[in-house]
Amino acid sequence: MPFVGDHLSFTRRRFVQGVAAGSALLGLGLHAAPTRAEQLQARLGPKVLSGTRFDLTYSPLKVNFTGKERFATAINGSVPAPILRWKEGDTVTLKVTNNLAEDASIHWHGIILPSDQDGVPHVSNGFKGIRPGESFTYRFQVQQSGTYWYHSHSGFQEQTGAYGVIVIDPKEPEPFTYDRDYVVMLSDWNDEDPSRIYAKLKKLSDYYNRRERTLSDALADIDKMGWEGFLNARQMWNEMRMSDRDISDVTGYTYTFLMNGVAPADGWLGLFKRGERVRLCFVNGSAMTFFDVRIPGLKMTVVAADGQYIEPVTVDEFRMGVAETYDVIVEPSDDRAYTIFAQAIDRSGYARGTLTPDPALTAEVPEMDPAPILGHMDMGMDMGMDMGMDMGMMGHGMHGMNHGGMKMGHDMSGMQHGGMKQRLPMGSGPAGYGSKRPVVHAPTEYGPHIDMRADAARYRLDDPGIGLRDNGRRVLTYADLRNLGKTPDPREPEREIDLHLTGNMARYMWSINGVKYADAEPIHMKYGERLRINLINDTMMNHPIHLHGMWSDLETGDPDHIPRKHTVIVQPGARISYLVTADAMGGWAYHCHLLYHMAGMFRKVIVS
Amino acid sequence: MKKFKKTLLSLLSLLAMATLNPVAQAAMEDDPTLAKVMINQLEHRYTDGPDPLVLEGEAWIGKDLHKAWFKIDAARVNGKTEELEVQALYSRAVAPFWDLQVGLRQDFRPKPDQTWLALGLKGLAPYWFETDVAAFVSDEGQFVLRGQFEYELLFTQQLILSPEVTFNLYARDDKKRDIGAGLADMQAGLRLRYEFVREFAPYVGVNWNRKFGETAGLARAAGEKADDVQFVIGIRAWF
Ligand SMILES: [Cu+2]
Repeated sequence: MPFVGDHLSFTRRRFVQGVAAGSALLGLGLHAAPTRAEQLQARLGPKVLSGTRFDLTYSPLKVNFTGKERFATAINGSVPAPILRWKEGDTVTLKVTNNLAEDASIHWHGIILPSDQDGVPHVSNGFKGIRPGESFTYRFQVQQSGTYWYHSHSGFQEQTGAYGVIVIDPKEPEPFTYDRDYVVMLSDWNDEDPSRIYAKLKKLSDYYNRRERTLSDALADIDKMGWEGFLNARQMWNEMRMSDRDISDVTGYTYTFLMNGVAPADGWLGLFKRGERVRLCFVNGSAMTFFDVRIPGLKMTVVAADGQYIEPVTVDEFRMGVAETYDVIVEPSDDRAYTIFAQAIDRSGYARGTLTPDPALTAEVPEMDPAPILGHMDMGMDMGMDMGMDMGMMGHGMHGMNHGGMKMGHDMSGMQHGGMKQRLPMGSGPAGYGSKRPVVHAPTEYGPHIDMRADAARYRLDDPGIGLRDNGRRVLTYADLRNLGKTPDPREPEREIDLHLTGNMARYMWSINGVKYADAEPIHMKYGERLRINLINDTMMNHPIHLHGMWSDLETGDPDHIPRKHTVIVQPGARISYLVTADAMGGWAYHCHLLYHMAGMFRKVIVS
Repeated sequence: MKKFKKTLLSLLSLLAMATLNPVAQAAMEDDPTLAKVMINQLEHRYTDGPDPLVLEGEAWIGKDLHKAWFKIDAARVNGKTEELEVQALYSRAVAPFWDLQVGLRQDFRPKPDQTWLALGLKGLAPYWFETDVAAFVSDEGQFVLRGQFEYELLFTQQLILSPEVTFNLYARDDKKRDIGAGLADMQAGLRLRYEFVREFAPYVGVNWNRKFGETAGLARAAGEKADDVQFVIGIRAWF
């Protein structure tokens, strides 16, 4: 990059790479040299706590990930927090003590439990947060197995270190085998105070975007497509006053991306013996960052999504929205080191780790892919084709899906259309296939708080997403997700709720159906009902939407094997649907899991 | 007039408090009260005569859709304030990219003072033109239409060229202030800045002042130039 002074490139390099784990985790600063053993220890990630009784204590911890000392919000003196290992069927007791100067809380992400144990202040039944100096004891029976996580649901603590992984061992053996397992927790650390980040985004929403279009981009485009082509290509963006380079709100300009709490300067270390099958439990515990994960040289077999078994899919790469989890199995057969490479969606940095039979071996770190650029489809724009038909799965609508190189993963030809329709509520669609209702924008979606509406929002289940399309690798998509067992609740939905994810990027305001949380009525669900939620993304950002307390049964096109998720990515300008069985009484949080979107893009759900 | 100054001072101190303490307000509140101070231009202009030091700035305090907004335009020559214009406005979002602004404008210099009612529309026009169009009615019955437009051209993420233009249209002659009715003056600028960080950028540029019609005639009669190109050097900053 011309014109970029040394000052900036140095700063950038430092943020992106961070400092060596030895000094970071031990809080020693740059100049005190840790011993080799300490260095190695610091690269192994957080420790594991197992059993049925846990004492977790919040306290400030001095850390150094970037060369600057900062205070993190640590649990048991660790960032990330300790890995909790539970067993399905056990009743766990977790005493959480708050030694911070402000209120704290812990939410057990993706865990099915009573509302009063869910840990969201003023949303979960009777829970008001944990005051400084006080403790709260959570107690519930573990009814599931797999990989989940826990984090604070108070203030911005999730950004400053209050997150950890939960692995629940199943009662019955897993439907796959492995010789050892590792947790891989991805997160985004920053030295700035999170409230300052939020304030900066409100004052200048592209503050952290250091990849805006420049004159040389324009000249290159003119060269390629001529003046007319250039003006046409720019027209929509210029009229909408939006940037096609707007991928992440907060970027590697301030973030240092961590893998198991280790900065990329040396990276997390996972050891294996040659020929072993290794299960990697990936969790995206970031505040704001989507990661694209791959291990060059290894195929990954995805065996679980959001803790739930799926039919194994072998891929080269997968995207993790904030708060999603994936379990993969790898079989490193060579006696060499491999890099676990997790690049941020906007390619402003990466987290990395090394999987190796010998700590002395190193593996090559790949170059990051080019930064993605948004297209018209990502803005939910009609591309001049018959896109009105929704899911494109019922007969003729299929044409819509074929456009742009995206085909549904499954063969629909065997479907019995006639028989199915009779069981459906008006205007809906059968379970497993998404809604057939047209996209309609509510009157509340018009005004100074909303900058776009995706009129041609389509189901894009087998679209791997911005930056991953046609990259030559086999990338996991939602269309690949099929529950390993039968659909747990095969009922047809009795009703549908449309939720539009809305906002104004420039003003940095976020809402649902144009109404922010502070002004919104709760969403009511009838206990025991089966309903469909249609999410329509009327923004240019990916939003990971998380429903507490109940599963989001994602409609990926196979009614018999509907996968269960707790967090669902809604791609920009797209729609997606899932079914919910309202089998958990009480108050539940329902929100976008991007930390700086959450305050507005949030709803309380009440099941009664 | 004293009252106006007092109100302005207390509002400005509130603004200072809010900008210095952003942590306390933004604790996960969806729409915290925030404040921003912008020095758009603080520059030295090189002229044939004594060189003016010019400040053009803005500040706001408020929430997503409602803000108190302040604007200042000042010029000092030889240690003396020759131009000072201050606006205090209520700013309300009326469209995704537009704010409606109403309030008072006070011209302290040149003398005599003049008080105006202000009504403006500020925002981002299609094709990325930063726009501020306002109408002013003074206590002397004068009516002014002012337009300001700015564009940004990125050579790199840090090296940015910004052309801008400002004009003033007057409804009637104002002999006291050497102004004639119609398009009175226009200022066009071209500034090249380097953003060391987002908040701080020094720049160099040129500034072209041009007076028109009756106003130009009055300037010439007073021995001033109606057309002047200046080299400028300055800083742009916000927090
Ligand atoms: Cu969001």
